[in-house]
Amino acid sequence: MTAHLERLVAPAALVAGAALLGTTVARETQIYFITALLAVTLVVALYVFVGNSGVLSFGHMSFVAVGAWGAGVLSVPVDEKSLIFPSLYGFLGDTTVDNVVSLAVAAGVGLVYAVVVGLPLMRLSGLAAGIATFAVLEITHNILRYWDRIGPGTNSFSSVPETTGLLQSAIGALIAIVVAFAYQSSRFGRQLRAVREDPAAARAAGIGVVRQRVWAFGLSGALAGLAGGLYVHFIPLSTEDVYLDLTFITLAMLVIGGAGSLWGAVVGALAVSALDSFLAEAESGIGIAGATLDLPSGSRLIVVGFLMALVLILRPSGITGGREFSLAWTGRMRR
Amino acid sequence: MNGPIAALNAQTVIDAIGLGAVYALMAIGIGLVFGVLRLVNFAYGQLVMAGAFALALSSEWDWPAWAGIVLCLSVVLALTGAMNVLVFRPLRAQSPAVMLVATFAVAFLLQSVALIWFGSLGKPATSLASLNRPVTIGDVDIRKITIVAIVVAALFLVALVLLLERTTIGLHMRAAAIDFSTARLLGVRAERVIATAVLISGVLAAAVAILLTVQSPIVTPGFGLSQTIVVLAGVVVGGMNRLVSATLGGFSIGFVSGLLGGALPTGQSQYLPSVVFGLVIIVLLIRPDGVFARAGVGERV
Repeated sequence: MTAHLERLVAPAALVAGAALLGTTVARETQIYFITALLAVTLVVALYVFVGNSGVLSFGHMSFVAVGAWGAGVLSVPVDEKSLIFPSLYGFLGDTTVDNVVSLAVAAGVGLVYAVVVGLPLMRLSGLAAGIATFAVLEITHNILRYWDRIGPGTNSFSSVPETTGLLQSAIGALIAIVVAFAYQSSRFGRQLRAVREDPAAARAAGIGVVRQRVWAFGLSGALAGLAGGLYVHFIPLSTEDVYLDLTFITLAMLVIGGAGSLWGAVVGALAVSALDSFLAEAESGIGIAGATLDLPSGSRLIVVGFLMALVLILRPSGITGGREFSLAWTGRMRR
Repeated sequence: MNGPIAALNAQTVIDAIGLGAVYALMAIGIGLVFGVLRLVNFAYGQLVMAGAFALALSSEWDWPAWAGIVLCLSVVLALTGAMNVLVFRPLRAQSPAVMLVATFAVAFLLQSVALIWFGSLGKPATSLASLNRPVTIGDVDIRKITIVAIVVAALFLVALVLLLERTTIGLHMRAAAIDFSTARLLGVRAERVIATAVLISGVLAAAVAILLTVQSPIVTPGFGLSQTIVVLAGVVVGGMNRLVSATLGGFSIGFVSGLLGGALPTGQSQYLPSVVFGLVIIVLLIRPDGVFARAGVGERV
């Protein structure tokens, strides 16, 4: 088996490059780089399942949400908990863990939730799978929003230490990339891709379709949970931040980049984040080449939505064509 | 009939039927387009939202109710036609998943346009508010709008059945729904069949906009979105492969939500979506091809 290490090195180098570039800019601009790196973690997490299985999931923000809730609730200092979350369950109310542990908890909660949800749901495919994962998102959103014994309920998180900076977000994105690469090069990843290409033939070759999908779903859920943990240490999250808009933007990044490859996921996340940051600046007015660009607020989603529809219509396999990064440029040219 | 589950009375049942009727209309609109294009239109709720904003604007301008309805219908039909030409047509060769994601993008696009145009607070649409007054039959108060919703849904269903069963274009639509390429080979005009289905779904979206604005008059950019998600779930649960099963699915999820909304104890009513979507998952696991679908037409894996 040839390892094709460039398929790991290229996306990792892209992420490292973005992080290094982030160290050279002012603090206000750094926010955009951190957001972009978190987006990479999130999109790669989604890619591990959607890209390898070919099954659509609208439910991944549920795992981001439970990861964020786990890490967030456990990170608030104990003496502040009685003020901010007066009705937490006992164990949650009098335990505080440090940063790294809270991120591990986030990934763990995401993993467990994804496996529990995946075990029954992964028997479905096509539209039924899409709607069922949507249902999971609705249920998770609904419960986290109203059950204030496990989190802030309708409020936002507060007093969570803001530990997610450039370093941690870059490490998070790199972990996601390494895990995704290791998984897709493994026997499990290859089996799942075989299922994606031809379910009937893969099953005939002895591949357990449901079992492979659950593996990918759980792994993907763990990475999504980690992304959630990093998010809650970055901004004061509320349930609305991990719901439909984030589902849309994450799917858009994956589709625009190309859902078929890790390279596509990373390129999509970084490209759309860059565009999104530019538009966010433009919404507050920026000068380019002497002219001032001043967009009304809310134009970001319009541009991203338009771009996503355009890519789907003109190039449905994404800007990378769903291919992995390859050094054989000349070979491709000749074709 | 006392205690927390006392609400299963005639009042709740009739309100639930009214909700089911509105959802059934949306289900027909989504199911018709799926029938000819194999496309799940996630942006259907934004058509409803656009129609609702047309109604809100016409009541802001003090137009008479009929003019508001005409404006609503024209806005929704124009948007539906544009969606057909600009989005559905280029996507026709793609897989259902790609088409679903694309309409997801269109939905967010339209919602953001509405956000910029009208702001997040929304506008009231009040010209038909008189339909909210109740009529008392026995000891049950029925809002006029509930009766209107049930009658409108029934009329549309009958008209649609007549169209599908008794006219040439209806025959063509049914043929296209079963096997599109064979139908084309046999002389069915694809563009006309698709345009008809899409425009009928637009008329239904306008009707839903009118009914929903009477029930909840404040129109926001997110108007119709949560209903679309519920109806999509209902349509898939019912079975997307036939219009009848999709419609029944839409009606059932509205009816069941209405009943559960009445039956849940007051302190727990905020968890209604969880209960409904929990049921959706359970039903999908038992019957992935749909409750009302014919057996043996689903995917192999």
